[in-house]
Amino acid sequence: MRMAELMRLSAQNLGCRRGGRDVFADLGFSLGRGEALAVTGPNGSGKSSLLRLLAGLLRPAAGRIELEGGDADLTLAEQAHYLGHQDALKSVLTVRENLQFWSDYLGGGEDCREALVATGLSELADIPAAYLSAGQRRRLSLARLVGIKRPVWLLDEPASTLDSAGQTRLAELMGNHLHQGGLIVAATHAPLGIAARELQLGTAR
Amino acid sequence: MTAFSALLMRDLRLAVRAGGGAGMGVLYFLIVVTLVPFAIGPELALLRRIGPAILWLGALLASLLTLDRLFAADREDGSLDLLLMAGMPLEIAIGAKALAHWLASALPLVIAAPVLGIFLNIEPRAMAAIAITLLAGTPALTFLGLIGAALAVTLRRGGLLVPVLILPLTVPVLIFGVAASEAAITTTMPFGTPFSILCALSLMSVVVGPLAAAVAFRHAE
Amino acid sequence: MDKIGSPQAAPGTSKRPLSVGDLANPSRFLSIVEPLLPWLAGATVLLMALGLNQVLAAPDDYQQGATVKIMYLHVPSAWLGMLCWGIMSIAALGTLVWRHPLADVAAKTAAPIGAAFTLICLITGSLWGRPTWGTYWVWDARLTSVLILFLLYLGVIALWRTVEDPSRAARAAAVFTLVGALNLPIIKFSVDWWNTLHQPASIFRAGGPTIAPSLLLPLVIMAIAFTLLFITLHLAAMRNEILRRRLRTLRLMQAQSAEH
Repeated sequence: MRMAELMRLSAQNLGCRRGGRDVFADLGFSLGRGEALAVTGPNGSGKSSLLRLLAGLLRPAAGRIELEGGDADLTLAEQAHYLGHQDALKSVLTVRENLQFWSDYLGGGEDCREALVATGLSELADIPAAYLSAGQRRRLSLARLVGIKRPVWLLDEPASTLDSAGQTRLAELMGNHLHQGGLIVAATHAPLGIAARELQLGTAR
Repeated sequence: MTAFSALLMRDLRLAVRAGGGAGMGVLYFLIVVTLVPFAIGPELALLRRIGPAILWLGALLASLLTLDRLFAADREDGSLDLLLMAGMPLEIAIGAKALAHWLASALPLVIAAPVLGIFLNIEPRAMAAIAITLLAGTPALTFLGLIGAALAVTLRRGGLLVPVLILPLTVPVLIFGVAASEAAITTTMPFGTPFSILCALSLMSVVVGPLAAAVAFRHAE
Repeated sequence: MDKIGSPQAAPGTSKRPLSVGDLANPSRFLSIVEPLLPWLAGATVLLMALGLNQVLAAPDDYQQGATVKIMYLHVPSAWLGMLCWGIMSIAALGTLVWRHPLADVAAKTAAPIGAAFTLICLITGSLWGRPTWGTYWVWDARLTSVLILFLLYLGVIALWRTVEDPSRAARAAAVFTLVGALNLPIIKFSVDWWNTLHQPASIFRAGGPTIAPSLLLPLVIMAIAFTLLFITLHLAAMRNEILRRRLRTLRLMQAQSAEH
């Protein structure tokens, strides 16, 4: 990531329809380098849908999403990491194999070993993912974000299944990412542990 | 390692390590072939005559049954979302998965077919012909079948939906596959005619299959 | 002399009252079986050598010549194929009724061995019949029944490999094994009936009660040798499976202890 370049993720008049009902409408925000957005709100208010919209996994009913700066040849989805509720891990592959696959597939992956060390999984590198606890699986997903450099992080309840030590480490990793000029949009129920603006969904309109 | 080969290798590795898949397909193929004599009697001359047809039907059913899970596993653990977020077009990613599936599940059927031919009293020359036609025709089955697999996953319905949707589409493959096998044995028509049409069907489905499946995924949500 | 990772420490195992003596405890089982295996293997080799010696010395059949000697491999493997399903059925009862701890290990490891014996029976039967039939396979009643038994073996093996949770796989396999055991006589009867319906020429004598005494001795020796072979292989496989489960437990413990 080139620090000098300006990067801005913005949404205007964003609307989302799922299952025939309007989840939210007329949503807007703007996020620059080194900034984090915490998306809060009750269940069903569309936090996950917003993240999926940004990741390109959902089509907006209205409005637009724009990433200024960044690589003009790539879509937003190709410059973003999506950390959903599921871990995207294969039980029969080892920790290292899982990470190595995403590194090869998504591209831009540096040394997997560093990412495993950063998330505290280096001792378990050759263990099949089936043996991992929920918190360890979540950390392996985080290793993917750390190991493969992409500017935008879209996180859906990243601290869930993590214990307090894990949450501290998560806050550290997020802080590093912001410090390196990344952007974070995170849906969350609890405080993230980093400085973030808040976007509240589900407020009466 | 390129993204395409990474996905291909991963799917092959999964097919080898996880239970089911290739072995199950071959076992199913074996069982179907075994059932036929119980239904029509063990008369060897009759079995030899319809042998190519039985093997083709068995391979057809076996390859479709294993397609059911092609995308389901990735959708269930969230990998499908991430597969969409790479630079590689969705069609190529689907192609990689389909190729892995063909190598891991359909190719064993091709290898098993001559062995099963022993049970049907098929002569070696015919066995070779059947194996070659299956080799040329099973890609069509896989790549057409993945359309059904994509629809089944996006519609979240499993079970018999994939076979019900796809079997009618595979009729041309079956027709020309069996015709090519028999042309090699009885020489009533030159082998090349049905065989080249079979190859054409396979090549066409390699293109159409991923395109259609990609459309199904894009319009899913 | 207790080995690492004693099963009582393994997560996920409940403390059940031990039922059938010392063999119920996997560690104790290993300590009994481990020194026994070389002796069993030696005895198997000896008996096989003796049996094959007798087979070669036995007279040829006036009709089939020397090929009749395939019978000495074919018939014992058929017996073992069926015996093995019987062992699996007892193990199945052990899992479902008595909750015997080693029952699923016994059932899981017996299946591939039984499948192998059945396959040997099919192949030897095919080779035996070829000179007479002119082809490698006819849908002879006995061979067809064995083929279905082979398919049942493959099915239960597929079941073990596909279901991920070992105890669920054990229960499912146990149910299937017992259902198969009940069905086998019905299948055999149906196949015999189907066969007489279509009247193919069956020149297949697998050695019934009309067999001459001079031919009987080698057959009995081979049968005992095959049984010893089965016992040796089965016990060795059970030992391997127990060790494999220990390894799995260790890995689980390693993953758990690596939490921060």
